[in-house]
Amino acid sequence: MYTSADLRKGLKITLDNEPYLVTSFDFTKPGKGQALYRTKMKNMITGTTLDRTYRSGESFEPANLEDRSMTYLYKEDTHYTFMDSQTFDQVSMDESALGDSKFFLIDNMQVEVLLYREKAIGVNLPNFVNLRVTATEPWAKGDTSGSDSKPATVETGYTLRVPPFIEEGELIVIDTRTGEYSTRVKG
Amino acid sequence: MPQSSRWGRKQTLPLRARIIRSIRDFFEERGFLQVETPSRIPAPAPEPYIDALPSRDWYLQTSPELAMKRLLAVGHERIFQICHCWRDEERGRFHLPEFTLLEWYRTGADYTHLMTDCEELLRSVAAAVPGSARISFQGTEVDLAQPAERLSVREAFRRYTPLSAEEALRCDRFDELMAVEIEPRLGIGQPTILYDYPAARGALARRKSDDPGVAERFELYLCGVELANAFSELTDPTEQEERFRLDREERRLAGKDPYPLPRPFLDDLKTLPPCAGIALGVDRLVMLLLDLPSIDQAVAFTPEEL
Repeated sequence: MYTSADLRKGLKITLDNEPYLVTSFDFTKPGKGQALYRTKMKNMITGTTLDRTYRSGESFEPANLEDRSMTYLYKEDTHYTFMDSQTFDQVSMDESALGDSKFFLIDNMQVEVLLYREKAIGVNLPNFVNLRVTATEPWAKGDTSGSDSKPATVETGYTLRVPPFIEEGELIVIDTRTGEYSTRVKG
Repeated sequence: MPQSSRWGRKQTLPLRARIIRSIRDFFEERGFLQVETPSRIPAPAPEPYIDALPSRDWYLQTSPELAMKRLLAVGHERIFQICHCWRDEERGRFHLPEFTLLEWYRTGADYTHLMTDCEELLRSVAAAVPGSARISFQGTEVDLAQPAERLSVREAFRRYTPLSAEEALRCDRFDELMAVEIEPRLGIGQPTILYDYPAARGALARRKSDDPGVAERFELYLCGVELANAFSELTDPTEQEERFRLDREERRLAGKDPYPLPRPFLDDLKTLPPCAGIALGVDRLVMLLLDLPSIDQAVAFTPEEL
């Protein structure tokens, strides 16, 4: 168990049976008075935030989250299935829990699946992923509009801005932390 | 943030040293004797919300106040001390578990004399560093050349909260309203002296003779930050022992170490003349005068860096 004195930015605790991340923390103590621990917390499943103020001596259950290395297998309807390559255990996750991560999953990709009480609540992806461009306008050589990027769609349905010289069928590298174009894969 | 870097602090420490030198000069020019009392003590004052760190079977002091009042009881009239104190589990933007406290005491005086001392001390130190009476702390300005606003605790609750101070005490919201609604509004433009606390929050202060519901205690605020706590000292040994017993009982009920009664202090109270005393946080003063974003940048090392 944690107590109020353990509260700090980055701590993960369980509230109402759900995992929360402390995103902001402030200790105040009026002269000779009781300590107040003022926090902002983010629900790690739904992303909603809340403000809570605690006094000293209160206790909190840690949110024990586990990162497990898994392989992405396949998608069925809105569910994405992953497998632990050591134990062959499988877990699946709805696309709402994945957020934009769903656009960067490739079959057989190794990812870190975040588990809370055996339930998958998110994934950590490799920082860079290679995806094939499935649709983009050709580069008009005489274009003098000065635009240095154009829209493109990749095989997972994700759209982003790419440099004008990128063509349909090319493989490009996307930074999964920002969702932006990084470079083209030559060859 | 450059101030939070070790390099930023390398530039801060010489200024901190100058601030401390100007504090010493201020008191020595006024005939105060600098004293040193032991940091490790057998019995801290049993305050309900201040926790001492144990040191073998004794404790590290949370304040030097009991020892300093014993020096008044043997005839010293004006004394000051700059020393380290420890308070368990106090850590935040304005709190360090080990911090530097300035305390000064005057016999034949009450808390109104200390209010004047505070105004003069702030002006004198600010003239040394940063060199101007107008200071700015994290975007909030205060002019130390202005006399401090005197605001009673009752009036502060009336002005800034929906409850009276008495109602807030009854429903256990006094500290919360003080921290959240009142303190951030104090010491803006001019310093604020918040005075006359309900007797239940009087700690070691004497009750007002014409209004025994309140104690002669004040706190000094600059830019929303509490800087000092002062009392017209309680000199009645019977009332002091009774308050210690109540505070120890409160600590016991909260599952805390009640501490032994500080018996030699209670014995010396019998010869303690009328006097007033005050504790001022030196690290916070440095933070305010140098406009540092937190108390961390006012010291050489925080506990996390050791």
